[in-house]
Parts: sequence; C-alpha cells; structure tokens
Amino acid sequence: MRRDIFQAISDPTRRAIIALIAFQSMTPNAIAEHFNTSRQAISKHIRYLSECDLLDKDQQGREIYYQLKFDKIDELNIWTSQIKQIWEGRFNQLDELLEKLKSK
Amino acid sequence: MKTEIKINMENATFEARREYDAPVSLVWRAYTEAALLDQWWAPKPWKCETQSLEFKPGGKWIYDMVGPNGERHGAIQIINEIEFEKQFSGIDAFTDENGNINEDMPVASWQNSFIQTGNRTLVVTVAKYPNPDSLNAVLKMGMEQGLSMAQDGLDELLDSLQQN
Repeated sequence: MRRDIFQAISDPTRRAIIALIAFQSMTPNAIAEHFNTSRQAISKHIRYLSECDLLDKDQQGREIYYQLKFDKIDELNIWTSQIKQIWEGRFNQLDELLEKLKSK
Repeated sequence: MKTEIKINMENATFEARREYDAPVSLVWRAYTEAALLDQWWAPKPWKCETQSLEFKPGGKWIYDMVGPNGERHGAIQIINEIEFEKQFSGIDAFTDENGNINEDMPVASWQNSFIQTGNRTLVVTVAKYPNPDSLNAVLKMGMEQGLSMAQDGLDELLDSLQQN
C-alpha cells in the first residue's frame, strides 16, 4: 500500500520513531526498547513508515537496520510551504481589498 | 504581514492567523459580504464566484472556485453561529453538480475569530476535520492548486520571454 508523509506523522509513536532513527539507524528491536507498547505494535508502525517510503533498509547479517530517508522529510517542508503560499496569496489579496475599502 | 499556519495532523486541525492593517468593521465586511469575498477568497489564478450568500445562523454561502482553465469546484459554507464583529462559525464542504454537499469529500467545521488590536485586526481561522485522512485530502487539493499557481507563473514568464 502506498501512503504519504502526512499519514506518517499523524501519530505520536510514529513521530517518536522518526526522531529516534534520525540520529542513527536502528533494528526494530532497538526501536521497540524505547517504547512501552508491544513489539508487534512497533513493527506495525515501522511497516507503516515503510509504506510511506520514509525508511531505508540495511541488512547486516540477520539484522535489519532502518534509517530515515531525509529527502522525504524535505518533501514535507516543500509541501507545507506551498500550503502557506496559497494562504498568504489569499490574505495579501484581502490586504489590497481592505486598502481600497479604507480609501473610500 | 506575517501569516502563521499550524497544521496538526493528530487532531486533524488547520489553523491560520493573520493580522490586517484595518479596523475590525472592514475586515468583518470582507469576510461576510459576497461582493467582497469574491474579490479575495480564491488564491490566484483561481476566481471565486458567489452563487448566493445568506449571512445569518443556518444561512448558506454557495460559491464556485473557478480555475485558470475553466475548471469549477463547487463549495458551500453553512453558517452556524454569529457574534457580530467577534466571531462566526460553521461547516465547510464541497458540493456536487446539483449543489448538494458532496459526502465523498471532507467536511470541516471551522471558526473565524476577529480580534481588534489597536487599528489592526487579527483573524484566527481554525478548521477541524473528522480525521487526519480528510485533512490530508484537503491539503493535497491545496497542493494541486498551488501547482497550478506555479504553472501559471511559468506561463507568464514564458509569455514575457517570447515578447522580448
């Protein structure tokens, strides 16, 4: 299933996982140790993040290390700045209109 | 002036804060009169065309967003509560070709608050969506509009290059 980054960050546990692996690549077990929830729940979140295309996998022996795809996080910045741009455009138009109304 | 946008995916809320160099009486009119709304509500190059606006509790604002290539998105706001020059709230939805609420599209409940600060007016808009997915869908549509804005800018640039 294909998901997107907004879905990735819509959950506090997933945000915490992103923050963890931003520093270093980690195995699912190492990630799970940081949480009080079950391993299964964490596995589910990791799978979800993979589906959002946020994770790179690095197989070392029988361990899989997950690391964050930082360019995907940039995508989020681009997205939010575009949304901001739309609203700014709209509000700037309102500025112009208010100037016209004031001078009447 | 600075526009502050906060998107909270978990609570599925969208918040915009913006100050205007005008008294609240004028800003209020710009938000509540059709002839004025049509002049600013649509982000360029889109245009807003009001079909009808009844600004009273239970009243409706029915309008179209018209795109640069003539594409039309029908939208509706149903006004819930009005406190004159202080705040008004309601729900925001998309409409189908018959002007009815399109249930397949996200419906948001929102509130606009107007706060006078000296000669200026701060407007805070908070929109709440039923779940993160529906906010996500709306943001994606905004993104498409943003892309069409960028596209339009490119067209203008190409035109001006050709004239030189």
